[in-house]
Amino acid sequence: MDLDPLFKPKTMAVFGVSSTNFQHPANVIYAKNSRRYPVKVYGINPKGGKVQGETLYPNLSEVPEKIDLAVIATRAEFVPDIIQECISGKAGAAAVISGGFKEVGRDDLQDRIVEMARAADFPFLGPNCLGTYVPMHIDTFFLPAERMVKPGIGNVAFVSQSGGILVDQMIKFANEHVGLSKAVSIGNKAVLDDVDMLEYLDRDPETKVISFYIEGFGEDEGRRFAQRASGSGKPIIVIKAGKSPSGMKAVSSHTASLAGNQASFSAALAQSGVVEAENEFEHVSFCEALSAYQSSIQGNIGVVTSSGGHGAMAVDACWAHGLKVPAISEEEQREMRRSLSPSIQAIASLGNPIDLTGSANDDDFAECTSALAKSGKYDCIIALLLPYLPGITLDLGSRMSDISKQFGIPLIAYVPHEEKYQMLVEGFELNGVPVSPSIEGSVLMAKALRRNKPW
Amino acid sequence: MVEDKQAISRIISRSSARGWVLEPDAEHIMALEGIPVPRYKVVTTHEEAVSAAREIGYPVVAKVVSPDVLHKTEVHGVEIGIDNDEKLIEAFNRFASIRGFTGMLIEEMVQGLELILGAQRDVQFGPMILLGMGGTGVEIYQDVALRMAPLKPSDVSSMVNSLKGHKLLEGYRGSEPVNMEKLTNVVLAFSGFIMDFEDSIESVDVNPLKCSSQDCVAVDTRIILSKKAQAT
Repeated sequence: MDLDPLFKPKTMAVFGVSSTNFQHPANVIYAKNSRRYPVKVYGINPKGGKVQGETLYPNLSEVPEKIDLAVIATRAEFVPDIIQECISGKAGAAAVISGGFKEVGRDDLQDRIVEMARAADFPFLGPNCLGTYVPMHIDTFFLPAERMVKPGIGNVAFVSQSGGILVDQMIKFANEHVGLSKAVSIGNKAVLDDVDMLEYLDRDPETKVISFYIEGFGEDEGRRFAQRASGSGKPIIVIKAGKSPSGMKAVSSHTASLAGNQASFSAALAQSGVVEAENEFEHVSFCEALSAYQSSIQGNIGVVTSSGGHGAMAVDACWAHGLKVPAISEEEQREMRRSLSPSIQAIASLGNPIDLTGSANDDDFAECTSALAKSGKYDCIIALLLPYLPGITLDLGSRMSDISKQFGIPLIAYVPHEEKYQMLVEGFELNGVPVSPSIEGSVLMAKALRRNKPW
Repeated sequence: MVEDKQAISRIISRSSARGWVLEPDAEHIMALEGIPVPRYKVVTTHEEAVSAAREIGYPVVAKVVSPDVLHKTEVHGVEIGIDNDEKLIEAFNRFASIRGFTGMLIEEMVQGLELILGAQRDVQFGPMILLGMGGTGVEIYQDVALRMAPLKPSDVSSMVNSLKGHKLLEGYRGSEPVNMEKLTNVVLAFSGFIMDFEDSIESVDVNPLKCSSQDCVAVDTRIILSKKAQAT
């Protein structure tokens, strides 16, 4: 099945556009795409009429062009006929936004459209979904444009079983400057499921990181997903809901009791190199880190900061997340100390973490970062910056980023307030270095780079 | 090989109505898959019991064989360390009063670290393999590793390394290390068995799998059949 029409359609038909109710979801979709995106949009309503001065077509066969994507936002009982119309009219694909199928017990209605689509090899998303959002291309979400917070263009694709979580994570992405390549809401995943999305996005040149919000897999869908994930070179992240046990079933073996659904889920995905995020905070951190660095690391972290407390908290978090913080040798420390400003030579603590003290300046950070990169012992550096210290300038971001790029070692920065120190943050982010506003978050970013490798 | 698989299929189909495989049959399946099992014999009389125990050599383990008893320890249907004829007959008489008694399984005593090797069919991921610290406390300690089957040799070492108890397998405080080559072979053979019969099997416990520097032996095996196997 060709899924391009879902993500880069040139022509779109929106079913259910009303000539009287401008708040109707189909009208919102029609309006935002016709006004804001490079796609030719046709509204369809059997009653005809006009909207925005444009003619509404009674059905697909009246539309003068071949349609790449049909967006269906009518009442559920009309959907089977519309799917048939799409198949007969040779539409490329459909996004069934309408709810009222399996999720409310109307299995019969869902089974009918699945049967028709399978027989005709016709791909559709949903039902009960938001469809697709591709920056600068298309947006089938029935949310008024001015209500949405959209992340910038980037390389992270996010696929979600829940539309609400999808839109919400996009807000979090925007907050943390995580760029998005594609967002897909797959709803009831009646035909197109997580595995189809994984296959498509794995081949998508605009996507470097693929993330999924999953409530559950269908029978053996998890196995197909895990196997497909093992074969992908791109980092894959999963955030899972529905983990709390839903009452103990009587089980007849020890293994059955120990290998419950959740344990099996985590184990099978870890085995396939999928990074599992425990919560939405981890999820955003993982997306941000892997968006910057796709090569995996062993997890030997060098920590540089100007506060002993920050260093200690970062090391504790590293330890809790299974990352190592190897010591810096006496000889390396001697050499490093010689390169520091005279005012801190006697007081800086150069183990790992490196605490340069509140009197450190940009040069001291640059020297220590280079020394950690050159040492060969470390495969990731976490720099915890306290930009309120007088010796630190806002130029340090781009300067440290350059060192990271020069030595090819991933750098992760902590900056406590992103708006106040925006130029510092941009110095990192515009040069491909992720920034976290929390110490824990910076460590989670390093954890993501381990890519869930077995011990 | 093919004959072994056919023999296993026959055992599974004749067990399907019950929904699980009687232990002597389960041990036979393990043996057919190349997984070491203790020397054992099923007996139905005192005379057979005594001669079997003497042949295997005291001390022995005795277990009840009953199609009504899935969990033998719960009905006190296992006796270990039996070292003479008198105790053996005493155990036999006691087992004879257990519901559904059809005989007694007499097994050699095997030494080694107690591990658990298991399999479970997961709806989303298909057959999963479990390896961990075994014995009766397995659900209390929950020190286990899970992987999706089939397994590669590297999966076995990564499973072992992920256990809290992995130092016990490496030889802790003077005890001998577990023979990793034998353990790997057993786990891979088990994984092969599970994949070959994935449609028939719901769940398997090999607990304990007793591992020493010499060998890894499936001392107790419970095979629960799937609904699909039960329907055929």
